[in-house]
Amino acid sequence: MSLLLRHVRLALGTFNLELDAELHGRITAVLGPSGAGKTSLMELVAGLRRPQSAFIQLGDRVLTDTARGVDLATRHRGIGYVPQDLALFPQLSVRQNLRYGRRAGGEADSLFGFERIVELLEIQPLLHRGVTELSGGEKQRVALARALLASPRLLLLDEPLSSLDAKLRARILPCLARIRDEFQLPILYVTHDRFEALSIADEMVVLIDGRVAQTGTAQEVFSRPANLDVAGLFTVETVQTGRIVNLADDLATVAVGSTLLTAVGRNLPANTREVYVCIRAEDVILLKGGDSPSSARNHLAATVKSVSREGPFVRVDVDCGFPLTVLLTRRAREEMAIEPGDRVVALVKAPQIHLIPRPA
Amino acid sequence: MTAAEWQIVWFTAWVAALSSLAILPAGLAAAWLLARRDWPGKSVLETLISLPLVLPPVATGLILLQLFGRRGAIGGFLHDRLDLDVVFTWRGVLLALSVMSMPLLVRSARVAFEEVDPRLEQIARTLGAGNLRVFYTITLPLAARGIIGGMILAFARALGEFGATIMVAGNIPGRTSTLSLAIYQNVQLGDDAHAFRLLGVSVALAFIAVWGSELLLRTSRQKP
Repeated sequence: MSLLLRHVRLALGTFNLELDAELHGRITAVLGPSGAGKTSLMELVAGLRRPQSAFIQLGDRVLTDTARGVDLATRHRGIGYVPQDLALFPQLSVRQNLRYGRRAGGEADSLFGFERIVELLEIQPLLHRGVTELSGGEKQRVALARALLASPRLLLLDEPLSSLDAKLRARILPCLARIRDEFQLPILYVTHDRFEALSIADEMVVLIDGRVAQTGTAQEVFSRPANLDVAGLFTVETVQTGRIVNLADDLATVAVGSTLLTAVGRNLPANTREVYVCIRAEDVILLKGGDSPSSARNHLAATVKSVSREGPFVRVDVDCGFPLTVLLTRRAREEMAIEPGDRVVALVKAPQIHLIPRPA
Repeated sequence: MTAAEWQIVWFTAWVAALSSLAILPAGLAAAWLLARRDWPGKSVLETLISLPLVLPPVATGLILLQLFGRRGAIGGFLHDRLDLDVVFTWRGVLLALSVMSMPLLVRSARVAFEEVDPRLEQIARTLGAGNLRVFYTITLPLAARGIIGGMILAFARALGEFGATIMVAGNIPGRTSTLSLAIYQNVQLGDDAHAFRLLGVSVALAFIAVWGSELLLRTSRQKP
């Protein structure tokens, strides 16, 4: 699937949504601070908003082409949309909600079978309930199933996990991965949570003030933010791919290249092996003049690669088997007299190494 | 109660109910257009519909009389082409009651439509529903309570209508005489016993209508 967005212009109160993007991901995360125009972009793709100008093409189907007066009606677009408020129909039962989008042809015409989706999202016990009696996680699954049962060609999810607690998130995320894999259904996934985006998406679009600040693979965007705005959004300077080699007592041993790190492995889904290793620059401590005992679990011998000023801070890039960015105050840097080429030890406490499951 | 009195009661209840139903299609259409669409002249229609609420009923009646009389713009057409007389017939009563109770239905229904989350209608569209299906499966059921409340209000208003009715339909015993008209006439003639019996019936009808609507609102409120 490819979603083409060309010369998109949509007036949004104080600013315009203006973008040009070509998305090819299986799950594309639309990431950005609140008010960046993420939801408006969803509504635009779904045909719920009329842009001043736009050319939108999904696969080989032109959905919107203002230049030629094409504006496919929402109901003919075949785009499943699960908004943040879910919008379940309160007067209908769960079953009636699920059946709402089914095409007149019945079972055979549906891309995804009713029974299969009910099973996949564990909705069977809810079918006869009213939607107002459901819990947040149950509502989320019903809304997802309802959108899927309309046989969409593209699924739009607006902050699907924002209203759920950590435990429920851990249950819904694998559901999304299953949907992606089993139905070959591309997903556009809006979130403001960088870790969520990293754990589910293989492509990322960063939206800031209505403009695309960056697109690329998840890791690219995280580790090489295109500009300060994007970097400020993530504030995670170091993102590396790693593999869990051991997990015991909630402590994970992770191999990044040939370097072994100790991190907290709690909250990881069972059997996670491939992970992103995220370390914030301000969480790293540098020692000069040899190693000494400390409570930090990770002592990494490193070589200083470069030193650069960043506002009141100094950014020090070191090589400890992988590139690691460290943020120091200017005073600290002067006192330690850190210069490129110096041998140092980088200390990182285990809880400050964030592990994020990586889509295989 | 005499046969003539029963005739008045039945006639009044029947025309009032008929008018509540007759205004439903146009009333709902107007309410929906006011709630969901913006178009030039919207405020004009809004004001026109509400006018009977603030005009003296007799003035509304006079306007209708002018329009629907045999020499009126509409009445002339109906008489000449369709051989249909409105003024001083039961149709005149129906017309007067409809015009007078329309604003109550439109106002209630409009608020009810406005309270339906447009999000639900949008999502129904993404699920493949067309405008008509969205209206019948989402908008209407969710607004039903307010619409029924508006119909009951309109019905109650129609039951007691006086000024417009007497202008358009007169007070012809056995043909256009309604409860209010008959009570007034009987009091004028000094026939108090007669007037009080009709008064009792009026109170009972009004009581049933209001009580029924309260009951309805309460039961539907219990449903989440």
